[in-house]
Amino acid sequence: MAEHFNEMYQNGGVRPPYLRLEDWTRAMPASLRQMKQAEAEALFRRIGITFAVYGEGGDPDRLIPFDMFPRVFTAAEWLRLERGIKQRARALNAFLVDVYGRAEIVRAGLIPAKLVYQNAAYEKAVVGFVPPKGVYSHIVGIDIVRTGADEFFVLEDNCRTPSGVSYMLENREIMMRMFPELFRENRIEPVDHYPGLLRRTLASVAPAKCDRDPVVVILTPGHFNSAYYEHSFLADMMGVELVEGQDLFVEGEFVYMRTTEGPRRVDVVYRRIDDDFIDPLCFRPDSMLGVPGLMDVYRSGGVTICSAPGAGVADDKAVYTFVPDMVRFYLGEDPILQNVPTWQCNRPEDLAYVLANLADLVVKEVHGSGGYGMLVGPKSTAEQVAAFAERVKADPGNYIAQPTLALSTVPTFVEEGVAPRHVDLRPYCLVGERIELVPGGLTRVALKDGSLVVNSSQGGGVKDTWVLAE
Amino acid sequence: MLSRTADNLYWIARYMERAETLARFLEVGARIALLPSAGHGYRNEWDSLLQASGTAVGFQRKYGDPVQRNIESYLFFDRDNPSSVASCLFQARENARIVRTALTTQVWDALNTAFQELRQLERMPRGELELSTLTDWTTRHAAMVRGTIDTTLLRNDGWDFLNLGYHLERADSTARLIDVKYYVLLPRGAYVGSGVDNYQWMTLLRAMSAHRAFHWAYGGEVTAGKIAHFLILNPQCPRSLIACVQGLNTHLDRLARGYRRRSEAQTRARAMLGDLSDGTVEAVFEEGMHEFLSRFIREAADLAALIHEGYLSGDVR
Repeated sequence: MAEHFNEMYQNGGVRPPYLRLEDWTRAMPASLRQMKQAEAEALFRRIGITFAVYGEGGDPDRLIPFDMFPRVFTAAEWLRLERGIKQRARALNAFLVDVYGRAEIVRAGLIPAKLVYQNAAYEKAVVGFVPPKGVYSHIVGIDIVRTGADEFFVLEDNCRTPSGVSYMLENREIMMRMFPELFRENRIEPVDHYPGLLRRTLASVAPAKCDRDPVVVILTPGHFNSAYYEHSFLADMMGVELVEGQDLFVEGEFVYMRTTEGPRRVDVVYRRIDDDFIDPLCFRPDSMLGVPGLMDVYRSGGVTICSAPGAGVADDKAVYTFVPDMVRFYLGEDPILQNVPTWQCNRPEDLAYVLANLADLVVKEVHGSGGYGMLVGPKSTAEQVAAFAERVKADPGNYIAQPTLALSTVPTFVEEGVAPRHVDLRPYCLVGERIELVPGGLTRVALKDGSLVVNSSQGGGVKDTWVLAE
Repeated sequence: MLSRTADNLYWIARYMERAETLARFLEVGARIALLPSAGHGYRNEWDSLLQASGTAVGFQRKYGDPVQRNIESYLFFDRDNPSSVASCLFQARENARIVRTALTTQVWDALNTAFQELRQLERMPRGELELSTLTDWTTRHAAMVRGTIDTTLLRNDGWDFLNLGYHLERADSTARLIDVKYYVLLPRGAYVGSGVDNYQWMTLLRAMSAHRAFHWAYGGEVTAGKIAHFLILNPQCPRSLIACVQGLNTHLDRLARGYRRRSEAQTRARAMLGDLSDGTVEAVFEEGMHEFLSRFIREAADLAALIHEGYLSGDVR
């Protein structure tokens, strides 16, 4: 496997954006570091930034490990990322409007009809409906990995309700509290205007029938949800109500929330629950989380739902491979951010390559998630590889394959001091009347030596992500 | 404000007040246990405290005889007991977590700190924990929460719902405490008004942290009449029924003004205040203390129902 790109040290020297951090780590004795780390943890706990896990025993309030060593981008690096992210967010939304409308991209033969119409996330209930401003996915989380100085790849798109933005904001808050001198010495672009931008974005897609300052709410599945802290944090930072399904009801053409002063009309619902649960009359009848009749109001323009029901069809693993085509097709531009090269096993030539190189590849089921039905070639035995080959041969259309990427590393505080650990990046792109992106995102880090898995459920942590000003 | 949010705030206050009341009960029980058990032994005392806190049945089912150590555990730590100090604090904190957006960082911090410390207390060997440590700890944290509410929270409708919770819970617990004392210890009308067991009444005052205040306010001999006046009719006593009902009136009036709509709860609270203001100790004794208190508890429950209907239920039109 190729050498990993170390974002701080290259060719025996320190890359410019990390220069001042070099002095900072050198000057910090281990005792101080431990004290600071404990302080950070105490802050997280006191503020209540935890993800709640109920029903597994142990402490229901868990902390995602926070690593104090920041991850840094130069202004130039960010500029390119920003353009690429915004471009991708535009293309994904254009695709969604298209596939629920005339489906030109399918007619043009660029995407197989089957991939769209037989997709579990394709929502027949909204065919022909164009949401306000033509936006389906208002918050697009694009997971990006780096493999070299100028090499960035998109790992996946999250068009529904990407989470984690509260960590981006709180990581910064805590770093500024603990290391104010770092922020005086480095010119770091702020991220704390994100909640304001989010609010403006949501207000900008108020439905046609809204003739006043739009009332925005966040719809949460409730306080047992693992991301509840984030929901309440965002509601607080935006100054909007955090509602559960039971707080909303439909009457006539509108949605109302139940308040101490009587019903109050709601114009925009930023929902943090899945399509399946938002309206028991339209989707799952057994759902207790949603609001009966919400979809009717939505389709008649009485309320906007963010992200729009059906947005999930754009972030599917198989659809993912076509995003660069979408950029070219809808925007007439060359894609700035590349996909990870992906082989579609339903193409005979791809299948042949995959089978021949299985031991070096990562093979995934098209509709799988959470690491199930997946083969990591370099980490598997010959028997496992051979067995998997049989499964792929039996149903090639169900599999895609990608090379095992050499994810970049960033110095990270570990027991023995500082050591490189693999990272990824999730920026949060806001799409409304305008497209906005705060300079930064959530950097996730695999804390285990050599691990490429950054998920918090598997020993991943988070870092503050800096974009330096010019 | 969302009705659900208002409801959560109201219950944060009720649970905090309930936790504090429980801690006071425990303190009194422990005090009695220190004395030679002449006449009414501590057993009788603990019994009455279990009854006052509405936990007698649950305790009986789990432990049988009231043994002090078990009672302490049951009233302080036991999560099977929905009114234990621990249950109340956990509930209050969980309610706060749900409505974080309606609280200041300071209020949240006070509640969350209590919760984090309680988890540590739970892990300590019971033998290392003095009861007085636990009760002091509880009243300190309750005061901290109360203090942050009063000094940092926006005085909007949310503040009113918190205060409604505090005053209703306090009115209810004061009435129940007097009732249990009165009923259990003085079952025969003949004793009323004279020859009271001084010691038992002082315990009652102590349970409300009001024994010194009582002396300041009245002086001289302790009589049932003075104590009844102090705990029921004297607005200077912060836990008296009239003080609680005044508080309820204040906050219901504020809500009505803020929302520009009168409420049935407001009318009912006003009537309750009128009755207490015109009331005399003689009239209370004439009606019968138990009868008077039962009526008060019923009226307070009716008022709570009206507050629920008018603001918290979500069916407000």
